[in-house]
Amino acid sequence: MNEFKEIEYSTETLKKIIESLLFSSDSPLSTKQLQAIFPELERPAKSAIETAIQQLSLDYQASSLELHQVASGWRFQVQSEMSLWVARLFAKKPPKYSRALLETLAIIAYQQPVTRGDIEDIRGVSVSSHMIQTLLEREWIKSVGHKEVPGRPALYSTTKVFLDYFNLSSIEDMPPLQELQNLAIEGELEI
Amino acid sequence: MQVTESIEEVRTSVRVAGEPYLDLPKDLYIPPEALEVFLEAFEGPLDLLLYLIKKQNLDILNIPILKVTQQYMAYIELMSQLKLELAAEYLLMAAVLAEIKSRLLLPRQISLEEGEEEDPRAELMRRLQEYAQMKKAAEALDELPRLERNIFSPSVDVADMELQKAEAEVTLPELVSALQRVLKRAEQISHHVITKEPLSVRDRMSDIMAKLKPLEMARFESFFHLKEGRAGVVVTFLAILELSKAELLDILQEAPFSALSICSRENLGAV
Repeated sequence: MNEFKEIEYSTETLKKIIESLLFSSDSPLSTKQLQAIFPELERPAKSAIETAIQQLSLDYQASSLELHQVASGWRFQVQSEMSLWVARLFAKKPPKYSRALLETLAIIAYQQPVTRGDIEDIRGVSVSSHMIQTLLEREWIKSVGHKEVPGRPALYSTTKVFLDYFNLSSIEDMPPLQELQNLAIEGELEI
Repeated sequence: MQVTESIEEVRTSVRVAGEPYLDLPKDLYIPPEALEVFLEAFEGPLDLLLYLIKKQNLDILNIPILKVTQQYMAYIELMSQLKLELAAEYLLMAAVLAEIKSRLLLPRQISLEEGEEEDPRAELMRRLQEYAQMKKAAEALDELPRLERNIFSPSVDVADMELQKAEAEVTLPELVSALQRVLKRAEQISHHVITKEPLSVRDRMSDIMAKLKPLEMARFESFFHLKEGRAGVVVTFLAILELSKAELLDILQEAPFSALSICSRENLGAV
């Protein structure tokens, strides 16, 4: 390695490179992905990339954009105060999801990994294959294995794409569940 | 509805949280026309039960089974009147409710053993709570800012940019087999080089003619240089044959199986 001259990028240059990459990419890019774009011999240290991201983020504070970290990496997004205006630009209404789909998704997110049977137990109705298919196609859930019970049903978990979509950087950022009230039944109602 | 008939009998004995409960709530009745609209919107029997409980401001942990069962049955009745596809889950829940109610009506067994008798409603309440929790969670999930609705990720159009073709990943075995292919090809090419360049038949013909001295016979073997290998031998042999064909030299043999000699025909003619 010593025989090659290593190229060092200045933070200013790194900032510009990262900025271009994030704007050109369709999906968020992680520090690791950003690092991997550089040729091996010129690859900056992870800390150098992180510093550049930090400074870039500061640069954008005065603008209408912000650098935001979600589960699968960094992405630029319109600051929330401005999103209303952007929403007006798009004539098409944002997709609305059925309660059935949201409930199923919530059960998978909070209780993962779960089988279809687990979801059905909680919801009290059968879960349509179509709905699972929709969630799989959107890449919000994935099958992570099979439960070792008769029939070996698939176990589902949520994905990074799901977290990205809901602007979360990890599953811990999900809104906390309401406390289950104490199951003890104190009432004396008699019929 | 058979259920309503029993109301009169039980109303005097109804107690809520220890207090006698004499009046039936006023807001229980919901006109069927209004129901029709959202009947289809229920996400199953648990959802319907939750709705009924909420509607009556009842405690989820202290469900008056009779009241809820009556209401529930009224909905089921209505659903079948409206010929809505009645999912089996709804009927199952009706059976569960009826079972709980009948168990509550039976006199409680006085058990001498330790431990409290489990409330027949416990399992249903647990399920209702769990469902209510997830229903809330789904609502919270829906409230989260999300892409396409609250979050917009700007990007620049790079479609027209001359993008560098992605360099394919190369594995070591691929590299080795590529090298082997190149070597094989080089081998084939180098064969051509040997036969063409240093060993030309025409050059060899000139060499032989120059070497042949007038009036002298030369031994056939003396023209072959073993250093040149098989190719060299072939070239020399071809050269001699060519010269012979062109009648520039003769190949002579004095006796059968004796050594061959070569002599220039020009010289012979001159003698």
